[in-house]
Amino acid sequence: MATAVIAAPPQPAARKFVKLLRDGDKAAHLITLIFAASVFLVTVFLVYELWVQSSPARAKFGFEFLFSKSWDPVAEKFGALPFIYGTVLTSLLALLISVPLAVGAAIFLSELAPPKLSNTCTFLVELLAAVPSVIYGLLAFFTLVPLMRIYIEPFLKKNLGFLPFFQGPAYGYGYLTAAMILSIMTFPFIISISRESLLAVPREQREAALALGATKWESTWQVVVPHARLGIIGSIFLALARALGETMAVTMVIGNDPAVHASLIAPGYTIAAIIANEFTEATGELYQGALVELGLVLFLITIILNAAAQLLIVATTKKGSKHD
Amino acid sequence: MVLASSASVRAETINAAGATFPAVIYQKWFQEYRKLHSDVQVNYQSIGSGAGIQQLTQGTVDFGASDMPMTNEQLAKVTKYKVLHFPTVMGGLVPTYNLPGMTDILNFTPETLAGIYLGTITKWSDARLKKDNPKAKLPDADITVVHRSDGSGTTFVWTDYLAKVSPDWKAKVGAGTSVAWPTGLGGKGNEGVAGTVKETPNSIGYVELIYAAQNKMAYGAVKNSAGEFVRADFDTVSEAAAGAAKNMPDDFRVSITNAPGKKAYPISSFTWLLIPNKFDNATKKNAIQGFLKWMLADGQKFAAGLDYAPLPKPVVDKEEKQIGMIQ
Amino acid sequence: MGRTKRRNLLNNVMLALTGVCTFVTVSVLFVILGFLVWNGFRSLDWNFFTKLPLSAGETGGGLANAIVGSGITILISIVIGVPVGFLGGIYLAEFGGKTFPMFVRYTADLLNGVPSIVIGIFAWTVVVKPMHSFSAWAGGFALSLMMIPIGLRSTEHFLRSVPNSMREGALALGATKTRTILTVIVPAARQGILTGLILGVARVAGETAPLLFTSLNNQFWSEKLTEPTATLPVMIYKLAISAYDDWHRQAWAAGLVLLGLVLLANIAARWVLSRGASVQRG
Repeated sequence: MATAVIAAPPQPAARKFVKLLRDGDKAAHLITLIFAASVFLVTVFLVYELWVQSSPARAKFGFEFLFSKSWDPVAEKFGALPFIYGTVLTSLLALLISVPLAVGAAIFLSELAPPKLSNTCTFLVELLAAVPSVIYGLLAFFTLVPLMRIYIEPFLKKNLGFLPFFQGPAYGYGYLTAAMILSIMTFPFIISISRESLLAVPREQREAALALGATKWESTWQVVVPHARLGIIGSIFLALARALGETMAVTMVIGNDPAVHASLIAPGYTIAAIIANEFTEATGELYQGALVELGLVLFLITIILNAAAQLLIVATTKKGSKHD
Repeated sequence: MVLASSASVRAETINAAGATFPAVIYQKWFQEYRKLHSDVQVNYQSIGSGAGIQQLTQGTVDFGASDMPMTNEQLAKVTKYKVLHFPTVMGGLVPTYNLPGMTDILNFTPETLAGIYLGTITKWSDARLKKDNPKAKLPDADITVVHRSDGSGTTFVWTDYLAKVSPDWKAKVGAGTSVAWPTGLGGKGNEGVAGTVKETPNSIGYVELIYAAQNKMAYGAVKNSAGEFVRADFDTVSEAAAGAAKNMPDDFRVSITNAPGKKAYPISSFTWLLIPNKFDNATKKNAIQGFLKWMLADGQKFAAGLDYAPLPKPVVDKEEKQIGMIQ
Repeated sequence: MGRTKRRNLLNNVMLALTGVCTFVTVSVLFVILGFLVWNGFRSLDWNFFTKLPLSAGETGGGLANAIVGSGITILISIVIGVPVGFLGGIYLAEFGGKTFPMFVRYTADLLNGVPSIVIGIFAWTVVVKPMHSFSAWAGGFALSLMMIPIGLRSTEHFLRSVPNSMREGALALGATKTRTILTVIVPAARQGILTGLILGVARVAGETAPLLFTSLNNQFWSEKLTEPTATLPVMIYKLAISAYDDWHRQAWAAGLVLLGLVLLANIAARWVLSRGASVQRG
């Protein structure tokens, strides 16, 4: 931007040159500002579009939309309950499965494993986060579904079939299968962040507990983990937010049934899955509006969870960290 | 937009989308047509009749395809031009099932099919199924019902048939491209339903004949209005269309489910290409008209090999006149 | 005495269990890779990389157009997303004041958390609908939205981590702010920034949902960027849920290729970052 300075009468030229440089800075400031602002603007625009495109549905159904069970495109009656139910159920079940495993692994990696092993394992687990959803879906469709149908669901039915949660035919597809694949997808987030939160707990805490005669486990479980609990909870929220938005892996194994079922081995539907399946065929403003409204609902739930997660994680890593 | 130089011909890509029912032959046709006319490339996406109609209405595709003729309301929504229906082939919708070890071909009646899909017949060993299949060793297993998860012309044909033959079905569910299924799993497209049935033992689903045949899946015979159990094939589907062929309405919108005839297959259907009656782009118009002419003549020869039934001559003649209506 | 024994037993059991947990979670990655290699490797032939998909039931087709299509949509997302992320990050780290950068960071995090299917809805509304056509542009745009937050945050982070002494030194020598940034700070942070870019690409390479109704799909080669285009993730989905064994075969192979590329990108990003760190220290 700055051109070569010609040897001319020094004073006016020098002033001109300096002015040019300062303008160059101004130009750079402006350019980078525009790009940064574009991020802001595009996100605002996204929320705006979600709001506007869903207005036909919002106007017609109001809050009832969230509680209505019917999904009838022919009669144009739309309700979000089966999808909200399916989304929340599969995600919570996924966490139920993955949290003990992931927190357990995080504890091992932060407290017990030698640094090299810890770093290598963490690296491998974090690679899991990079596996695309459709590949999880591919695997689940061909390997997990038959496993569920042939072994796991019949087993559950035989032993726990008196509970309404394990009744009905063993399809292999359903809420439980979706929850299982989702749980695998949440491992990396919980492990990685929980491990960091645990590592951030000051050494003194551990040493103090051990000095008082605690076993390593007691020191870990009763002192270190509570100290890091905000970060661990934050990581769970983050994982939950990811699980709620998962599309491909879920739609390939959940059975795509827009109804509310009590049984965990029954087929169901999630918000992301129905949008993926029906968006291209949504004829009419109302149908499309209903799908966009579902997207809006999902979006709002994930924002809240992500924000809460951020707060918790930042609070923990700032609190106990020695390195900053 | 289209440049035809002597060295390389740039293809005019025409975008189309819609029914999965005829997707197998459409993809074959567009592939073959491109070999003959390398400047015409039709990208057909099988995303379901409902999506095909929607995308046509939105203007994101040049033409659509559907197994259910567009209703008057749907036609009214397309304001820029009139939609012309061009029947392409007839197909048969078969009840395909996955019963490991079953060597007999099962017989289904309207009552048993409606019962299975209503959820009132839940086991393969049900007496009503046994009655029509005395010799078959039906397992005492739950029936896993598979239907479409997307808006489907195939679903329309299936439910249209069930509504005609089962007052129970008509009252409880009705006919349409997307219905409130009382039971079952949803698969995406004919492909998805076939895929799910193939992978799931003791399941049943409805697919166009070719999907069952190409995947070597078992499919049953259905009792027609004359009381005969018939399986879908070239002859039985053609017979179903025979009556309609003689009395084809000008707009070609007709249903041939539960057609009369001793050997008529009761769950047959025409399938249509939904073509706008005017195009802004003359090259596209010419390309499409050229394709349609080819489809009605040479294209029909591919039908039998892919287990579809070619159009009856009176229908072909009538359609050729309609091609001229495209401007 | 008994109590101590019990506590010690509990200690050993629980610690062993955590080891088991780690083993289970780490081995998942290998199980996934194992299945993909086992099912997909045999299906990777020359046809896969060079031929177009054939119509249903015919064998011997390939996914050449999907591979190229994925490359094109990713390239479009880079063209749109990288400048925004990079320059925006420079703004946040070097130029910004107090309040506006806060808004930008907040909305970037918001954007990062948007479910990918909702990004697809937005891209459809903003690109496909006005254009009246599914296109590679729409797909690339959707992917860029997912890439931007990663690029933005990592650029800012790594620029900030450059010590202030370098900034001050350059300014003391009479360089302008712009020059300082371009010739001193960015080069110092380049490994981190590059890492962010690679991770962004790796993330969007595997995304399917945003492409379902933006770039749609294509049996043939896409002649223009304004046409629907085939992509690997969408093809994997369609092939997997079909009933044809040949298509399943292709889905596994495509899955292996896709996962291989994504993992390589991630590992490459790590390696770049670790080199950068050691260079700065040494």
